[in-house]
Amino acid sequence: MTNMNIKVHHVTRVEGHGNITVNTKDGKVEEVKWEIPESPRFFEAMMRGLHYHDVNHVSPRICGICSLAHSTASIEATEAAFGIQPSEQTILLRKLLFHAETLQSHVLHCYFLAAPDLLNVGSVFPLVETHTDVVLRALRLKKLANDLADLIAGRKTHPLTPVAGGFTKFPEVSQLKAMKQRLVEALPDLDETVKLFKALKMPDFVRETEYIALKKPDEYAFIGGDIASTDTGTTPVTNYLEMTNEFCVPQSTAKFSKHNRNSYMVGALARFNNNYSQLLPKAAKVAEELGLKAPCYNPFMNNIAQVVESVHAVEDALAIIDKLAARGIKPEKPIEKVKAGRGIGAVEAPRGILFHDYTFDEKGILVKANLIIPTNQNHNSIQEDFEAIVSQMIDRPQEEVRQTLEMLVRAYDPCISCSTHLLEVKFT
Amino acid sequence: MKPKIAFFDFTGCEGCQLEVINFETEIVDLLNLVDIVNFREAMTERSDDYDIAFIDGCISTESDITRIKAIRDQAKILVTIGSCSSLGGVNCLKNFYPMEEVLKVVYGKDAKYYNTIPARPVSAVVPVDYSLPQCPVNRFEFIDLTKAVLLGKKPERPNYPVCVECKLAENGCVFDKGGTCLGPVTRAGCGAICITNGRHCWGCRGLVDEPNINSEKEILKEHGLTVEDMLKKFRIYDGWLEVSK
Repeated sequence: MTNMNIKVHHVTRVEGHGNITVNTKDGKVEEVKWEIPESPRFFEAMMRGLHYHDVNHVSPRICGICSLAHSTASIEATEAAFGIQPSEQTILLRKLLFHAETLQSHVLHCYFLAAPDLLNVGSVFPLVETHTDVVLRALRLKKLANDLADLIAGRKTHPLTPVAGGFTKFPEVSQLKAMKQRLVEALPDLDETVKLFKALKMPDFVRETEYIALKKPDEYAFIGGDIASTDTGTTPVTNYLEMTNEFCVPQSTAKFSKHNRNSYMVGALARFNNNYSQLLPKAAKVAEELGLKAPCYNPFMNNIAQVVESVHAVEDALAIIDKLAARGIKPEKPIEKVKAGRGIGAVEAPRGILFHDYTFDEKGILVKANLIIPTNQNHNSIQEDFEAIVSQMIDRPQEEVRQTLEMLVRAYDPCISCSTHLLEVKFT
Repeated sequence: MKPKIAFFDFTGCEGCQLEVINFETEIVDLLNLVDIVNFREAMTERSDDYDIAFIDGCISTESDITRIKAIRDQAKILVTIGSCSSLGGVNCLKNFYPMEEVLKVVYGKDAKYYNTIPARPVSAVVPVDYSLPQCPVNRFEFIDLTKAVLLGKKPERPNYPVCVECKLAENGCVFDKGGTCLGPVTRAGCGAICITNGRHCWGCRGLVDEPNINSEKEILKEHGLTVEDMLKKFRIYDGWLEVSK
């Protein structure tokens, strides 16, 4: 029996830094470790003392990839604290903007970060020559999503117009209609995406676990709702601490989470497993075509769930634009209301459920913040998958095991810079 | 032989690397001119042989210091992209609190196991050849700078305040609407994007050379605001200037 000695320092093609360590001896697992050495950011500590407008401006800087999710969670938490009920127009624009982020993040992840593994190359760059059409299609879809976000938020990375109580600038109906046209024209690109991922073979690995996502009665939830678990049912967002139970582990600068079992998974697959019946018709059909059925216990299928959600996002974006066009866009002034209190915002970032919990004083100055990041919630699940994969593959060549573990990390689409609960680790 | 360029991320949100990836078709053109040898967010291959290093994120751990020194030794040209690596950025907000307190707020009883140092820009540790502050980095400026460096030219940056671009964009003045704005002292080049989108300037591009502080004070006085009001806004991106004194 050969020994394995895998050490991957800073896994590539993920957002943020993570290390993999595996040691086996004579067919026995000695050590399997998923480490997070990301540098600490300390947002919860350093945002204290900021005015709520600045809190909403700074908190998207937690993560460049999901800055819109952080912006939305931050705004929702602020509105909850102040008792602001956003207008119908605000809710529609917020949802549309959110779909832009889901689409752009999923496309980036599926094509640029995950697909190179399945096509056996080290990055998207060599695909520019060998798979030009694939790369150009990914770029088109990504650009479309970015342009949609730019139109509504003023800028995709670190949005400008979304504020507590509304927006500071509005798209014209004609611009939205032009965007609709482009979304319609992108449908064939999505069909091709489905074909591409149908042809790619996902590793065959199953580990049943708990899946946690937001749930709403009337739609596939991305913003607000209750917290749903495939193990324990739904609970209000105000109980989020009981669901997430963060704890520190010595190998990690990020906190880990557990709920009903040793670990749980969040993200596209968790959303699908909880809310599959609420997918819009095209997306539901795509799920069927790609062989994604709830409950699905293969974490690698998270990539496939992302493809399904990309279709859902475009479908819903088209419907929202129709609604906005029919009712017209009014330049509403953001609702200004400030009072002392606590509010919790929960959204489904592309990579999973995200909580911002703020307490403000009577002037709207942040007194306390707690942020629970999707990737942190997944770390423990990644660790448990690692352990299962290594024992299942113990007689396989080391290189194959290493690649599978790296692929697994990527399948979770971790956004490690996001992991605001980070600290520097000292090994003693 | 094509020049080799490398990207390195430190403490930050990685939004700047994403902005570069977001350059969709232009990034493909860039690949014709240079070899990207290190770009962890996008590729598996890595190399320690490169000519130009682009750095995003600030320096906030002891290991960051060791790593940036090694990169400086290797790179012929070192460019900081974004506000974190260039100015310190939002990370420096934590420097206004004692590090022990910052650790305790986030980690409670486990704080004793961990360590952190005040956040700082790259230039506080090693010499920087060019810097492109803006949050996130202005990708057009990134391409312009890369072209200039490849041609052996000195990249130029505007040395006038955001107010100039704001007037060209025909925005109403933020102060006249009762807000506080850092446009009068902040280096232009962003097209006043924040004000154009209904917000105010947060100073993410850093100060112009020789900022007209007296004129800013006059404006503040005129609108019943204090230097304290402005400083507090300035801390969001440029806190390092204040705490490093």
